[in-house]
Amino acid sequence: MKRLNTLTLLMAAAALLGAFLTASPAKAASKNLILATTTSTQDSGLLDVLIPVFEKESGYMVKTIAVGSGQAMAMGEKGEADVLLVHSPEAEKKFMDKGAGSSRRLVMHNDFVIVGPAGDPAKIRGEKTSAEAFKKIAQSGSIFLSRGDNSGTHAKEKGLWKGAAVTPEGQKWYQQTGLGMGQTLNVTAEKKGYTLTDRATYLALKKGLGLEILVEGDAKLLNIYHVIEVNTAKWPKVNGPAGKAFADFMVSKKAQEMIGKFGVDKFGAPLFFPDAGKKPESMGL
Amino acid sequence: MDLILDGFRMAWHLLVTLDKEVLGVTLLSLKVSGLATLISLLIGVVGGTVIALAEFPGKRILVSVVNTSMGLPPVVVGLFVTIMLWRNGPFGEWEILYTPAAMVIAQTVIASPIVMGISIAAIQNLPPNLRLQILALGASRPQMVWLLVREARLPLLAAIMAGFGGVISEVGASIMVGGNIKGYTRVLTTATVMETGKGNFDTAIALGIILLLICFAINYLLTLVQQRERPR
Amino acid sequence: MSAARELLQARGLVVRRGGAEVLTIPEFCLHERESVALIGPNGAGKSTMLLALASLLKPSAGEISFLGSPVIASSGDTSYRRRIAMVFQEPLLFDATVFDNVASGLKIRGVPGDEIRRRVGETLERFRIDHLAGRSARRLSGGEVQRTSLARAFATKPEVVLLDEPFTALDPPTRHGLMLDLAEVMRESGCAAVISTHDQMEALRLADRMIVMQGGRVVQSGTTSEVTANPVNEFAASFVGMENVFSGVVVSAGEGVLVLDVAGQHLEVVGSGTPGERVVLCAHPEHVVVTTVDPHHRTSARNVFPGKVSRVLQFGAVNKLYLDCGFPLVASVTSHALQDLGVAAGSRVFASFKATSVHIFRKG
Repeated sequence: MKRLNTLTLLMAAAALLGAFLTASPAKAASKNLILATTTSTQDSGLLDVLIPVFEKESGYMVKTIAVGSGQAMAMGEKGEADVLLVHSPEAEKKFMDKGAGSSRRLVMHNDFVIVGPAGDPAKIRGEKTSAEAFKKIAQSGSIFLSRGDNSGTHAKEKGLWKGAAVTPEGQKWYQQTGLGMGQTLNVTAEKKGYTLTDRATYLALKKGLGLEILVEGDAKLLNIYHVIEVNTAKWPKVNGPAGKAFADFMVSKKAQEMIGKFGVDKFGAPLFFPDAGKKPESMGL
Repeated sequence: MDLILDGFRMAWHLLVTLDKEVLGVTLLSLKVSGLATLISLLIGVVGGTVIALAEFPGKRILVSVVNTSMGLPPVVVGLFVTIMLWRNGPFGEWEILYTPAAMVIAQTVIASPIVMGISIAAIQNLPPNLRLQILALGASRPQMVWLLVREARLPLLAAIMAGFGGVISEVGASIMVGGNIKGYTRVLTTATVMETGKGNFDTAIALGIILLLICFAINYLLTLVQQRERPR
Repeated sequence: MSAARELLQARGLVVRRGGAEVLTIPEFCLHERESVALIGPNGAGKSTMLLALASLLKPSAGEISFLGSPVIASSGDTSYRRRIAMVFQEPLLFDATVFDNVASGLKIRGVPGDEIRRRVGETLERFRIDHLAGRSARRLSGGEVQRTSLARAFATKPEVVLLDEPFTALDPPTRHGLMLDLAEVMRESGCAAVISTHDQMEALRLADRMIVMQGGRVVQSGTTSEVTANPVNEFAASFVGMENVFSGVVVSAGEGVLVLDVAGQHLEVVGSGTPGERVVLCAHPEHVVVTTVDPHHRTSARNVFPGKVSRVLQFGAVNKLYLDCGFPLVASVTSHALQDLGVAAGSRVFASFKATSVHIFRKG
């Protein structure tokens, strides 16, 4: 008879758990905000600092979906996200042209760097332009790891290959991970290859990697983040006010200060540079 | 090698000090997978019992569909549940994508066929005359079904554990429908993936060890249960 | 017996499986307090008949009625099934304690807890398994398993029990002990029973009437003595006709020897009893010696009866002589001996057997 009651007990437990789970996301649905962003903002830890502040101030609950910039914009185009924080300017322009976004504002930048093993078999250390460096990597046939995931970094990398007049796809030395930035850096370190990375993620992971910055400072290597509100006119279900509140927050003085300070204590240098209010032209765009 | 040792040291530290974040992630894993398993238990045991006991055309096909579904790839389930739950999808009104509820749904879809498949086998493996014997004891139809389910409780327990083990260790569906949102939908598996991505191997290893311990405990119980025999 | 009510009746019962008729019973009747044995080889339709009588199987044709009202085989209707009990060939115990197993029928009927404890305790005692009450059914010997299974059936105080070869799986000593206990419980409870078996001794011990079955049909039916004494054909004979069975009354008892009155003649047998007690006797035909001259002077046999050969049946090397000595008697003789005797139907002979070659048992 004791065992007979096990099922009854289990069912009671199910009811309790159900009550618990439905109770925890009890915040009103309209208080939910879906932020589709790149992995770099999450992996660097920036969002872990910004979002609690925003949530406290606005009362919104932010659901951060960290994916590549490409997928983030795809979600925006389907109205599955309310606001995007992305870094793929070319694709962003197309996104805006389609009318998928209602506003696009400059938030911050950091820059991309080309990293590789200390031994630097392709001898690209100190190259002034990314184009030269990429050409050398291609000529030497050194392994290059590409994100290959339609992320902002991947888009940037493809643009740089184009600028270097190299078609890397299909080459033996050109390998695509299909992973986020952090994991791609891990793979690069493991294979002693080269890769293009945003500075923030690199600095955050630097410790265990054994990869060095070999090329930096080229204007073409700027990594610029925009916040885009998804167009409510196109997708009525999109939480417009929430999206606007988040976008406004990202360009607010408070958030911009936090962005500028982020990472200083840990890495000795900021990971991102606040740019709110600047003209895109001043960034070389 | 140092990295791995450091990882284990850190993992040990996180475990013994009951790190708040690790603890939260573990509890959410247990809650989400536990609830999904309990719902699967209802769907799977009821459905499995009905399928096992009823005679209807197409029964064999249905049973083989259930058995095939026992190996549904979590990623595929995640994809379909995401599409269903999109704001502009058929169940968009619910607004539950990227919530624990969505994870429970996806994991329920994964676990239900497992529980159902094992339930069908468990009921069908009972002695064929047991049904008649129970009726001969004067049982009504519901009483008979209940007694049969009770007789099959050990394999059904195995079904529950197989279902739970399946969902607590899956990552594909959870990350797609849950979104790995910190403090909200971040569970052991998705956190492990993310921490690995961030290069926080110590935390990743700690999470991995916890997951391993849970899976080990489940399988240990499963083995104990399966080694008991039926009476004559 | 004639005054007893008819409990269970079947008329025109037919069960078809895959187009073939596996059971055809034109007429069957079970009276109150009566016990009937279905005897026959595997595949004779005994189990099918029991399932039909238990309303666990829907007959293709025919009707079963209980106390005059028709019984419908439906899992939704428990009214009839709660007045009977059935014990299957395999014990089919629940994975629970002996107590819970025996209590299961009562729990199904919603009997209150106190009442369950009382009745289960009682039944466990009657089947001598009260010491096993708390033991898991997984850890029982074969005999204990079968006792539990029987106790589970009797705990509900059924009006009819249907027993499907209840002792088949047991070794002979265990079987013997359980059979005695079951006979006792059946007599005490007074419940009617239908028992299938392929063992004649079981039928003789437990039943008043016998139905010999073959291929789903009744070959012969009648009281146990009638059927065993007068098998209608070779099949029935091969199943039940091998035994001499007759009822008698104890005349006197002493020194381990009983004097019995069988159809007005006195028999001496080894055993114990009290004068006036009704008993059933049985003897193997091999132990019956047939001579043409009175053997009184030459043998130690105490039981010598003059009689007449009523029939000779030849089974190859072994032959059966059916004798009428005031009570029916069967003797088994070799072909060679038969030639030597030179007897045929109508011949006058003397039949004798030793006091030790007769088995007796009390009749319920």
